Amino acid sequence: MASVEFQNVSKTFGSFTAVPDISFSIADGEFVCLLGPSGCGKTTSLRMIAGLETPSAGKVLIGGKDVTYLHPKDRQISMVFQDYALYPHMNLADNIAYPLKVRGETEDKRHARAREVADVLKIGDLMRRLPSQISGGQQQRTSLARALVYPSQVYLFDEPLSNLDAKLRLEARGFLNHLQRDMGMTAVYVTHDQAEAMALATRIAVMDKGRIVQFAPPIEIYRRPATTFVANFVGNPPMNLVPVAAMVDGGQLRLRADGLTLPSLPISDAIAKAAAKGKMTLGIRPEHLRMAEAGDTNTIAGKLFANENMGPESLVTMERADSGRVTARIFTDDEIRTGDQVTLSFDTRHVTLFDETGARIPAIGE
Amino acid sequence: MQISRSIYMRRAVFSVVASLIGVVFALPLVWFIFAPFNARAELGLAIPSPFTLSNFVTVFQNSFAMHALLNSLIQAIGGVILVGGAATLAAYALSRSSIPGKGAVTYILLLFSSVVSGSAAMVPIFLIISAIGLIDTHLAVILVFAGGLLPTAMFILRDFIDAIPRSYEESAMVAGASPIQAFFDVALPVIRPGIVVVVVWAFVNIWGSFLIPFILLRKDTLMPASVAIYSFYSEAGTPIVTLLAAYSLIYSLPVIVLYLFVNWKFGFRFFGGIKS
Repeated sequence: MASVEFQNVSKTFGSFTAVPDISFSIADGEFVCLLGPSGCGKTTSLRMIAGLETPSAGKVLIGGKDVTYLHPKDRQISMVFQDYALYPHMNLADNIAYPLKVRGETEDKRHARAREVADVLKIGDLMRRLPSQISGGQQQRTSLARALVYPSQVYLFDEPLSNLDAKLRLEARGFLNHLQRDMGMTAVYVTHDQAEAMALATRIAVMDKGRIVQFAPPIEIYRRPATTFVANFVGNPPMNLVPVAAMVDGGQLRLRADGLTLPSLPISDAIAKAAAKGKMTLGIRPEHLRMAEAGDTNTIAGKLFANENMGPESLVTMERADSGRVTARIFTDDEIRTGDQVTLSFDTRHVTLFDETGARIPAIGE
Repeated sequence: MQISRSIYMRRAVFSVVASLIGVVFALPLVWFIFAPFNARAELGLAIPSPFTLSNFVTVFQNSFAMHALLNSLIQAIGGVILVGGAATLAAYALSRSSIPGKGAVTYILLLFSSVVSGSAAMVPIFLIISAIGLIDTHLAVILVFAGGLLPTAMFILRDFIDAIPRSYEESAMVAGASPIQAFFDVALPVIRPGIVVVVVWAFVNIWGSFLIPFILLRKDTLMPASVAIYSFYSEAGTPIVTLLAAYSLIYSLPVIVLYLFVNWKFGFRFFGGIKS
């Protein structure tokens, strides 16, 4: 196992800049998720660690050694591809044992080792089958087995679960989680699924337009999103963002928006500075909203847009007068119909404020 | 009720017309199979009577014609190896590397290929081959065919390879394979169905071509079957139908065998390694 470091790495394809300038370091044994929408540069970054793309500038280090221009085969890395890339003409045994074959291992030895790994992944009985003769979940495990069959410094995952159905994905995710804690592997895992990143990562790098917006442990990303972009990307459903007009009045912050009733909030220097611009964004997570009861002072109201029953809870989405939508995760059996007036209440300590540019304003006492 | 009857009528009419068209196209093939076994074969279609193998006996005794089949094999196999090998490597490079203007190169080659193998270029080709002293050799025929067929073969194969995800070779290289190992262990087997298509296509092209060997070769001992078939014409230029039919059947067998072999051996496609 080894650390991974990017020093001012950039990558351009012709006139298109995929990664403008990125620096980070991943410690030995960390499981880092690169999370972001498609086209944010996360796969390009991963491919630069693998050596499948060469950086236009900057340095890539694995285990403290400069590998920027090293061929993939000399980097001692493993990679699981989104499309699995199983060799269609080889049976599972040969597929899994291929990395050992190119290392000059004898057929008996490499097949024995392949079988060991396959047994752990519960595909040991399928060793004579071709990739086309097994299910998608089994193909995924085969490609994982091929990555685990030889010792590696870093394990790279390029959206390995995105082609599985929901149930298999949960199962595979649990298995990967167990494996990582068990082996203490250094892993870089690319995904656009925030739930996957939250569940697997020891740290998440949220990326947007080739830049890392926030690089922090999952709980930190969830509780203190650095920008509205992060807030809007993490969480299921993501944080509600309500544009508000802000002003300071009598040493208190006052926020105004359609449907919003919020008497006043305490103020800090940072808040006062942001409020001076007149505009802010109020963020509140769906799980921190509940149906308002008589006497609630902090509320937001609108007409019901959709009510989705998820079993244990409902996702109640309402549309405010300015047609902005707010979603709440609510444990309720109440019958609410589209168009009904809905009032949701919240606790001010769950409110996150973002300034005019979308950057988070530190909470008081932080 | 009314509607279903009119549908039946339409289907019946369609079937009858389709069958008639099919028969028109099948007739020459039926002649082709019947005539060689007919002692009195003519250009008209007839059940062999009397049924005989004597046409074949006479053809087998024509050593020029029999040797020509061997020459055809030499030229076709030589050309196929050259076209298949060179096209695979070239198409792989064109597909996988990032050479600027590679698209233009392919299209220009493709444009000129029809000129090279066409009759318009016969005089310059003859002069070039004559200047390098290759007139009257198998190599001359093989080279000219390779030159004419390569661009199209490259074009077909490049499209085929473009459709194959790079992650095959990438996963092999990450796993520790050199680019050459990745090509031979992983890429080549996956490309093979495409190579087979090109090989069959090139073989059939060379096997059936008359003009190029006719112009580039002199000696009887080098002539391929496509030229030798004219030895079954009388001095006056009229075909000896019985022998011509028998020889034609023999002449077409290698191509049929090739199709059957390829269908048996490679006629299936690989799927399932890549999840899309």
